[in-house]
Amino acid sequence: MSAHPEMGPPIAGPSALGGSPRRFAHLALTLAATEFKLRFFGSALGYLWQLVRPLMLFGVLFVVFTEFIKLGERVTFYPVVLLANIVLFTFFQEGTGAVGSMVDRESLVRKIHFPRMAIPVSVVLTAGFNLALNLVVVAIFATASGVRPHWSWLQAPLIIALLAAFVCGLAMLLSALYVRFRDVKPIWDVVLQVLFYATPVIYAVEAIGVSAAIQHALMMNPLAALLEQFRHAVIDPAAPSAAEAAGGAVRLLVPGAILVATVAVGFRVFNREAPRIAEQL
Amino acid sequence: MPGAPVVSVEAVSKEFRLPHEQINTLKERALHPFRRPSSDRLHALEDVSFAVEQGEFFGIVGRNGSGKSTLLKCLAGIYRVDRGAIRMRGRLSTFIELGVGFNPDLAARDNVLINGIMLGLTPKEALRRFEQIIAFAELEEFVDLKLKNYSSGMQVRLAFSVMSQVDADILLVDEVLAVGDAAFQQKCFEVFQRMKEQGKTILFVTHDMSAVSRFCDRAVLLERGRVELIGAPDTVGARYLQRNFAHGAGDTGALHPDEPERVGDGSGEIVDAWFEVDGVRADVLPQGAECTVSVRVRAHETLVEPAIAFLLENDRRDPLWAVSNEDGDAPAGTLAPGEETVFSVTFATVFGPGRVYLTPWMVHAGGLPIADRRPRLAAAVVTAVHRSGGLVDLPNAMRCERGVRTEA
Repeated sequence: MSAHPEMGPPIAGPSALGGSPRRFAHLALTLAATEFKLRFFGSALGYLWQLVRPLMLFGVLFVVFTEFIKLGERVTFYPVVLLANIVLFTFFQEGTGAVGSMVDRESLVRKIHFPRMAIPVSVVLTAGFNLALNLVVVAIFATASGVRPHWSWLQAPLIIALLAAFVCGLAMLLSALYVRFRDVKPIWDVVLQVLFYATPVIYAVEAIGVSAAIQHALMMNPLAALLEQFRHAVIDPAAPSAAEAAGGAVRLLVPGAILVATVAVGFRVFNREAPRIAEQL
Repeated sequence: MPGAPVVSVEAVSKEFRLPHEQINTLKERALHPFRRPSSDRLHALEDVSFAVEQGEFFGIVGRNGSGKSTLLKCLAGIYRVDRGAIRMRGRLSTFIELGVGFNPDLAARDNVLINGIMLGLTPKEALRRFEQIIAFAELEEFVDLKLKNYSSGMQVRLAFSVMSQVDADILLVDEVLAVGDAAFQQKCFEVFQRMKEQGKTILFVTHDMSAVSRFCDRAVLLERGRVELIGAPDTVGARYLQRNFAHGAGDTGALHPDEPERVGDGSGEIVDAWFEVDGVRADVLPQGAECTVSVRVRAHETLVEPAIAFLLENDRRDPLWAVSNEDGDAPAGTLAPGEETVFSVTFATVFGPGRVYLTPWMVHAGGLPIADRRPRLAAAVVTAVHRSGGLVDLPNAMRCERGVRTEA
């Protein structure tokens, strides 16, 4: 059969991003907003429950590390640092929770044509809405604890954007792999647990009395670098910046490279898998 | 402007790999890094080509596993084709399932917006059409009710309403219409008809031949992933039915084990009975075609002018028709012991679609006693594109005379 000249090019089949960035944005936003709404209005107390989880974790850790283990003694604004770290880590955890999203949204993937990447991105967006609300709580708590506004707060959006990019990269990588390998999810759960302790969430990296080498090694983790910089820029300018904690700005190239590589690999893997996800579910 | 193709499927092939042994986890992959699981290739579509013109209502039909759903998903862009190309002109919307993205915990309002966006509307367009959609579904009073509190009928109405408001130039429709009652199906088809009149093109996947013949302009029949026939819906429908019943219709072996019903004094025997179309044995009888039923009998004693009768029944054992050689001009004469004779009767198949059973009788002259009677010795399936619901579909001529006044 001869091609008809007035027809468009052959339809490309499913892909990660699809042809239209607008449709991608509409879909990702709609999916994210729906999910958020469901959680928000899902119960009588709505948003309060969303808040209770990080706050409870904060409460428990705060009591443990100020009363029993005294981890926070040498850290200025320890409660604020702890709460901010928990909120940021919660975002990381929720965003990378996209690992099962392609499988959970099977009914969509197998029934309509749309840019596949909208699904993991929508999970990160939902986590982002949550982060925005939680940061308001952090801001109130910080102000009440005596943290004063500072010019370096302007760094915060950049830090959060880098964190979001890192989370997006992981969400794409994990959700694409999970379609083929169903043990990715339990493996990732374990990794998350390790990361919670390997990252300075409940402690400040300079205050735990480890050798400089170990401290520098800990800062090779992009998450650690971002949290440390957030603490330095937003809560306590006297705290070491990411560069200082890592032992020099040059060393920050390692977490930076890990972050960029994660996003690049995540995007590539997802892009490669996207056309066949519907068949493999 | 009819005549211009809007959908062109060009030598499309699609293959699935069916691994014998699935590697589902990283652990298995790590333990057996070099094992490549052997797999079968399933050719879901092979070299499928056709073109659909603007404003056509085009049917895609085939038996289960013939590849029609795969084709639909390739057309919809859900699967990527392995070879060949699909080209389209215009905006496409897919209805593989009603209410894609519906969430039972959200109100109708949210669900309409989500579903609309899923089907390709922008959020603004979806908002603008919201009132229309709700009005069409006749659900104005229930806008803020959560979907889980809707009856299934209301959900279907809502979903369909969204679908009818999506303005695409080309619509891909799966058998979503199978759900819902007859009135709803009618409404669906009215919507499709209206869309068609607006110059929209509809591709409709189904195995309901009556829908195909009622609504489609043309249809393609798929068989094992290949195009078997493209043509008028009735032609395609007839071939489909023939295909569908070609397997399993003739398993009459299971149909006459009830030999106790066999009655006879042993003076003669009915050896065989069968249906014939175009001179060959057949177990599918296309409605309207000429068909022959035959019996072969053997005499064990000298039989003078025996009567051979044919009784045709449907599967509810309603007698459809009975005829004997005494009715026609086919006297048997005298049959010598051991002699075999074949009796045949040819007629136009007017029966409604369904199974037909043949019960042959051989009776001594004068009506009694019965030499042999073998209930439901042969069976066949009558296929028809139309289903009137009656036992027979008679050739007919309908007339309508208007303006005739009855005198008081």
